[in-house]
Amino acid sequence: MTSRAIFPNKLLPYLLLAPQLAITFIFFYWPALQALRQSFLKEDPFGLKSRFVGFANFKHVLADPNYVHSLWITVIFSLFTALISMAVALLLAVMAEKVIRGKAFYRTLMIWPYAVAPAIAGMLWLFLFNPSFGTLAVPLNQLGLRWNPLLNGTQAMVLLVAAASWKQISYNFLFFVAGLQSIPKSLIEAAAIDGARETKRFWTIIFPLLAPTSFFLLVVNTVYALFDTFGIIDAVTQGGPGRETETLVYKVYKDGFVNLNLGDSAAESVILMAIVIALTAVQFRYIERKVHYG
Amino acid sequence: MITTSITSRVIAHILLLIGILIVVFPIYYVFVASTHSLTDILRPPLPLWPGNQFLHNYYEAIFGGVAKIGGVGVGRLLWNTTVVAVCVAVGKIGISILSSYAVVFFRFPLRMTFFWLIFITLMLPVEVRILPTYKVMVELHLVDTFGGLILPLIASATATLLFRQFFMTIPPELLEAARVDGAGPARFFFDILLPLSRTNIAALFVILFIYGWTQYLWPLLVTNSNDMNTIVIGLRKMISFADADTQWHLVMVTCIFAILPPILVVVLMQRWFVKGLVESEK
Repeated sequence: MTSRAIFPNKLLPYLLLAPQLAITFIFFYWPALQALRQSFLKEDPFGLKSRFVGFANFKHVLADPNYVHSLWITVIFSLFTALISMAVALLLAVMAEKVIRGKAFYRTLMIWPYAVAPAIAGMLWLFLFNPSFGTLAVPLNQLGLRWNPLLNGTQAMVLLVAAASWKQISYNFLFFVAGLQSIPKSLIEAAAIDGARETKRFWTIIFPLLAPTSFFLLVVNTVYALFDTFGIIDAVTQGGPGRETETLVYKVYKDGFVNLNLGDSAAESVILMAIVIALTAVQFRYIERKVHYG
Repeated sequence: MITTSITSRVIAHILLLIGILIVVFPIYYVFVASTHSLTDILRPPLPLWPGNQFLHNYYEAIFGGVAKIGGVGVGRLLWNTTVVAVCVAVGKIGISILSSYAVVFFRFPLRMTFFWLIFITLMLPVEVRILPTYKVMVELHLVDTFGGLILPLIASATATLLFRQFFMTIPPELLEAARVDGAGPARFFFDILLPLSRTNIAALFVILFIYGWTQYLWPLLVTNSNDMNTIVIGLRKMISFADADTQWHLVMVTCIFAILPPILVVVLMQRWFVKGLVESEK
């Protein structure tokens, strides 16, 4: 790096960096600092004065059963979304590696959901499964399921997980295909010569070698389920019925914009920031490891 | 070469077809619904094939159904969304390529500090700082403007990282040769670096266009007037599953308009898309 050829200009690099830094400071660092500051303040009911209250907002938020409930909802939602979309995508990617004809055709169709906005993905699934005229809700009702995701919390969660995983299949599929293609064919052939059958080859060779890809995807999918699914939740359930699908992000939005509880909302923001920082740190540790061991 | 048995290939095809069915069906079915009349949609089950209302519904949505989306036509929504998606993509690429250029090809005090400052924004998604960012928008009078919709979205740690990585693979001899030939920073940037980055720019553009097109939380917060809605937000406002008055056939047409452009971009630019996705994240 030190031996790199460079331009000698002194002022120019600052000008080149200026636009990015200006936007970063105005729209990222300043608001983040404000959130941090606000999380230690409490406003009076009229929003006229605020005073320093230390960790009171955090204590209040963490002691709130609704918050703990929301945390639990978030864990369930993220876990199921990540696991289901990854499992389906892995199965399809392995199948796509097996076929000889039609690979391009399958891939072309498989990437469609990536282009669909999360909120619209939610609307599509709600359209199919809404209790009043959803075409696929009819057979569910005929099975005696009493399908109504707008009233039943568990069913609402199932619908959200389905829509969120559906949208993420494209992404995971492309990464698993790339991961599968990077596995040396000689290893698989050696196993085949040793008499390992297809299923055995998958579990003893392919699956362990996909571990880096899977781990990377697990982090990405968790972040996706935490943040990008806001649109799905807002379009399908708005956190309801009751608070049955109110994830952490949705709660920050609701407390801040609907209930106008600034201190609590800011404290929740700060907790979320801590979660993202932890997840990103995990992700980069892993990337570092991959660089070292190839 | 291991030969896969025919049975296992047939099973693979069957599973893939089921997968495709799950993946494509919701989108296909909305198209089907967009060609049926309102009464047909409200009387399940809806047929699996398109009806005969295609021209009628699309004509009404484009030319007549204006009042149904809070007084704003589909054309306006599509225009807003296209402006946002293109400007976000171009803006992100523009400012990222400039900052990576500065970080890789110049030496100056605080160089790596700046790089890390950009990098750390990865950890501050808009969702964790909703309210304070909104306040900034209000103070800068950016609510209900294209500036407000676009500017906060164009800082990009990922794009900066990608360009930096790519620039570092460019052989130093290239820069030395250019300098010997008397090229300054501008000339080197436009005549050598930009042409070399074409593939990366195309790949990033696809990803970022989709990113801009599918934004939800930010446009929801920063637009109050229906005139400035993106199509996703407009659609959200049209829909009420409890409300009997929702014009579902027009909702379906709008839905198709919201889904089709990004799908076309992804499918037609598939090579760049896959490259951009797999490489920018790694």
